[in-house]
Amino acid sequence: MANKADTIISTLITRSRKPLLDEWLARQATMAGSGAIAADGDVKEYCTRFLAELDTGLAAGEVGDIRGAGWSGMRELLEEVSRSRAGKGFTPSETASFVFSLKAPLFALVQREAGDNAARLADELQSATTLLDTLGLYTVEVFQKAREEVIARQQEEMLELSTPVVRLWEGIVAVPLIGTLDSNRTQVVMENLLQEIVSAGAQIAIIDITGVPTVDTLVAQHLLKTVSAARLMGADCIISGIRPQIAQTIVHLGVDLSVTSKASMSGALELALKRIGKAVVERKARPAAEVS
Amino acid sequence: MDQIPILMVGDCLLVSIQVDMHDQLALALQDSLMTKIVETGARGVMLDISSLQFVDSFIGRLLNNIASMARVLDAATVVVGMQPAVAITLVELGLTLSGIRTALNVDKGLALIRRIIDGEEQAFDRREG
Amino acid sequence: MIVEKDETIPVRTSEDVVRVRREVRERAVALGFGLVDQTKLVTAASEIARNTLDYGGGGELRIECLRDGNRRGLRLSFSDRGPGIPDIERAMTDGYTTGGGLGLGLSGAKRLSSDFAIRSSPGQGTVVILARWK
Repeated sequence: MANKADTIISTLITRSRKPLLDEWLARQATMAGSGAIAADGDVKEYCTRFLAELDTGLAAGEVGDIRGAGWSGMRELLEEVSRSRAGKGFTPSETASFVFSLKAPLFALVQREAGDNAARLADELQSATTLLDTLGLYTVEVFQKAREEVIARQQEEMLELSTPVVRLWEGIVAVPLIGTLDSNRTQVVMENLLQEIVSAGAQIAIIDITGVPTVDTLVAQHLLKTVSAARLMGADCIISGIRPQIAQTIVHLGVDLSVTSKASMSGALELALKRIGKAVVERKARPAAEVS
Repeated sequence: MDQIPILMVGDCLLVSIQVDMHDQLALALQDSLMTKIVETGARGVMLDISSLQFVDSFIGRLLNNIASMARVLDAATVVVGMQPAVAITLVELGLTLSGIRTALNVDKGLALIRRIIDGEEQAFDRREG
Repeated sequence: MIVEKDETIPVRTSEDVVRVRREVRERAVALGFGLVDQTKLVTAASEIARNTLDYGGGGELRIECLRDGNRRGLRLSFSDRGPGIPDIERAMTDGYTTGGGLGLGLSGAKRLSSDFAIRSSPGQGTVVILARWK
């Protein structure tokens, strides 16, 4: 493989950059799915910068390996293109085609330049292909990473959304848990609840698990840890809505659930009100005249 | 050596721990707190740890010891203001400090100390009566 | 996995233990750890730093900031040239202590860490390595 800077490609990039750029842009415009690409207004700027960075990279003489310092500008550019295209909803192939579409115009130029020297042509094409493949795959890699980041962020947001802590009364907060509890989610609930206890100045926290189908050892332990942590902060927890199966699981697991529990949320609220010295009483019947 | 100030509020001693204490400083606090309880005849001790960013097993043990010793000297101890992150960490560490009374803030802590003292006196009155 | 930053600080006095907590907290904040993760890491560091000082007769802490793909982490390596731990398994049990503490130092620090390793041989000293990932 040619590792010297004096290859046909580097000569071409320096000498015929303008025609190469025009040819490349034209090719991208006629490609399948070009609707989206054409809508990418930055494509001309990206292509111009790509050729400049290619020149820099080749001048640094590291054709086989794009991780070197000479390619740092190129890597930045490709990351920018990938992230921007990932954000705009491009497919991975549309993103990678940015690099791959350069092959045809570049190879045509190389072929013309090499003339009859078949050995040199093969050699040049080989190294050019390897380089462009590496760069193209790099865009896919970054694209993938950008998508993963989006997914991770969405998962985090979902976690936040799925665990609302509500203030039931002055001094009483509650968190109604719905759906399967995994360790991760229980941890988020725990942190949100404890934080809300502080900001609401709540003495009592009700954890309602009516909507939780099953509880495994880990989740039971997390719930107990929440109760212990709340106690350390100076608040009491009441767990409400424990289903029969969950009660069985808890006893079966040998988890010592030495916490106050109530069958229903209303029972828990009643107890909580009592603890803070409040009671709900029936209103006296009003005079008939007032009712009508 | 720097020292943690101990304030007298009514018949309670109030300590607000606001610096990261090295171990000797923590032990010195325990000593001077006990001396102060005896000197003043305080009935309650409130430890405000709302500014403390961590409680490890050493500090945990210190809190436990202060509570036990104060009880022997007829003073009720309440720890107030533990931050959520600190509480979560402490539980994970394996310390639940079950011998210690806690409250959310200084206000609620003072009320709790009052209830503990009154409760003890009532229980005593009932036995005597 | 890449080590992005690598520093060593002494653990010789109880003021050093305070400094360990401060440095670990600063690194954790810089790496973007949440408050709970910061607190867990600082508390674990505090436990092991105190062990290094009290049982190991002092030593040093190496702090490394790590990157593994999208994950960021902090690795703390405490080493001393003290008497070492004859029975590591026993030392790792909750409530076991030779020094009058609560016996939660090692076992507790392990629970607060993502990764935990301990190497010790009598007379050679002890190395405790713990890491936490974001």
